[in-house]
Amino acid sequence: MTRVERIARFPLWAMLRKEFIQMRRDRGTLAMMIGIPAIQLVMFGYAIQTEVRHLPTVVLDQSQSPESRRFVQAILNTGNFDLTGTVRDRAEMTTSINRGDARAAIIIPADFQRDVKRGRTAVAQIIVDAADPLASSAAIGGARLAGAVRSQALAAQAGATAAIEVRVRPWYNPTSRSAVYIVPGIIGVLLSVTMIVVASIALVRERERGTLEQLVVTPIGKTSLMLGKILPFLLVGYVQITVILLLGLLLFDVPIRGSVATLYVMALPFVMASLAIGLFVSTVVSTQAQAMQLGFLFLLPNILLSGFMFPREAMPEPAQWLGAALPLTYFLEVMRGILLKGVGWETLWREAVMLVGFAAGLVGLSVLRFRKSIE
Amino acid sequence: MADPIPAATIVIRGLRKVYRGVAAVENLDLEVRRGEIFGLLGPNGSGKTTTIRMLTGLIVPTAGSAMVVGVDVITSPELVRRRIGYMSQRFGLYDDLTVRENLEFYAGVYGLAGAERRRRITEQMAEYVLEKRAGQLAGTLSGGWKQRLALACATTHGPDLVFLDEPTAGVDPASRKLFWELIGRRAQAGMTILVTTHYMDEAERCHRLAFLSRGHLIGVGTPEEITARFGVATVEDVFIELQRRDEGALT
Repeated sequence: MTRVERIARFPLWAMLRKEFIQMRRDRGTLAMMIGIPAIQLVMFGYAIQTEVRHLPTVVLDQSQSPESRRFVQAILNTGNFDLTGTVRDRAEMTTSINRGDARAAIIIPADFQRDVKRGRTAVAQIIVDAADPLASSAAIGGARLAGAVRSQALAAQAGATAAIEVRVRPWYNPTSRSAVYIVPGIIGVLLSVTMIVVASIALVRERERGTLEQLVVTPIGKTSLMLGKILPFLLVGYVQITVILLLGLLLFDVPIRGSVATLYVMALPFVMASLAIGLFVSTVVSTQAQAMQLGFLFLLPNILLSGFMFPREAMPEPAQWLGAALPLTYFLEVMRGILLKGVGWETLWREAVMLVGFAAGLVGLSVLRFRKSIE
Repeated sequence: MADPIPAATIVIRGLRKVYRGVAAVENLDLEVRRGEIFGLLGPNGSGKTTTIRMLTGLIVPTAGSAMVVGVDVITSPELVRRRIGYMSQRFGLYDDLTVRENLEFYAGVYGLAGAERRRRITEQMAEYVLEKRAGQLAGTLSGGWKQRLALACATTHGPDLVFLDEPTAGVDPASRKLFWELIGRRAQAGMTILVTTHYMDEAERCHRLAFLSRGHLIGVGTPEEITARFGVATVEDVFIELQRRDEGALT
């Protein structure tokens, strides 16, 4: 027998072929695996988007001058603030923010125009209700930008040193985090949850249908059986990454500052690790319903402990340890590093090593745990 | 090279299986010869399926030994598995694969590839009268077709021994008749068949029978020997007699 012939005889090929045929026939599940994450991203993404943009805003214009009106308009034009009314004094402004009628206020001091004309730095103040950190950060950025742009225009116009400084005062939550920080995280969360759930069902479905008993009496090895069950989902995972990334790019302007190729390579161990978690679940439970429940058990820790929502540095130590045991924690670093910071292997190799470790360890654990018997 | 098939295809000595303190099979001694259709009979819960599962390596016996096709199934289940076929009560077919795809899958799992696989699948489709439904999804087949497909899948790799666990449950009489003709032909060609059944007309078609009752072996022999020993006219009467004793023992 030649080497090629021997390889052609691996039961793994039969297993993979069967899984792909079944996947193709099961259109509903396939559509769900791609569609649901896409829908979730759009919903989640737009929720962030609409909150960040169009903050209801009141204006306290004490200057009442052409320059102040022009500047207010420039800020409104960023799209981050929606004018809901003007107020006459600070007390009125505070009331409307506290009542929730406004989430932001633009304050132009009385001497604003005079300062601009004299070439001094004119100070405008923006107050943002930062109780929701997602809402405030982009708004702040937009306002600062408007200030800078107006300053440049003034400088070009007059050749003067006049500048407008925007002083932002986030209320209630001074350390607000950027929304763009969240979107790469969503990709990781959605990816891990769908992969865990689909893989957790994989073996259980065979068990429920009575085909696992049949497979166990064939000479197929445990590793072939298990890899055959999960490898096809790897492809689904990559389709998911691509769809979500494209949607993020098109709908939410998620920046891609680093190398997409690096991202795809590093996604491999992460997807494998997620699949292996599901596979492990599959060896523990006996029905699909149990598999789903156990699979979703990973959802909350993934969201709460991985650093997706809250910075891990701020967590108590036990929570940090738990977070360190999640593959998502490392993949989030990879996603944010590549998409937002534009870094590559030189900074992310530690995360990559951890992810490969998780993938190999978890697949190995599942193979060990699985017994080719039915007791 | 595979070992030559011994004259005694299955040799069971003192086989025992205890589940949570309850013995499902007790001290079973049994021999099955090459090329015979051997029927394992007994009421529900008598230990038939447990015995088959021990012989296929699906469960590990509590005690005793079992040589299957000349190999110790307890120490080397994987060596045994290459040379046996198994058809469970649930058939083990993939409903969302076609008849041909099911055959191709099981052939591939048994390590058949390329031209050899194609040839074997063509042969099996002809042998088990499946050609007309080659492209149909297994889930849409009726019982008789499913049963023949399951048998074809279990024998594509040309095993020396096949286990059939209640293969004809819920199948119409015409299909049952065809099925028994097919296994008769396989036995003539030298394949050993161990079958469990509830149908007494099928039991009478076996070369030899073993009766199990609550995990104990009650009797082994040809259908004629068995009926003679129990002093009744048919195998069915033996069965009824056993069930009566069982119920007597319970009350």
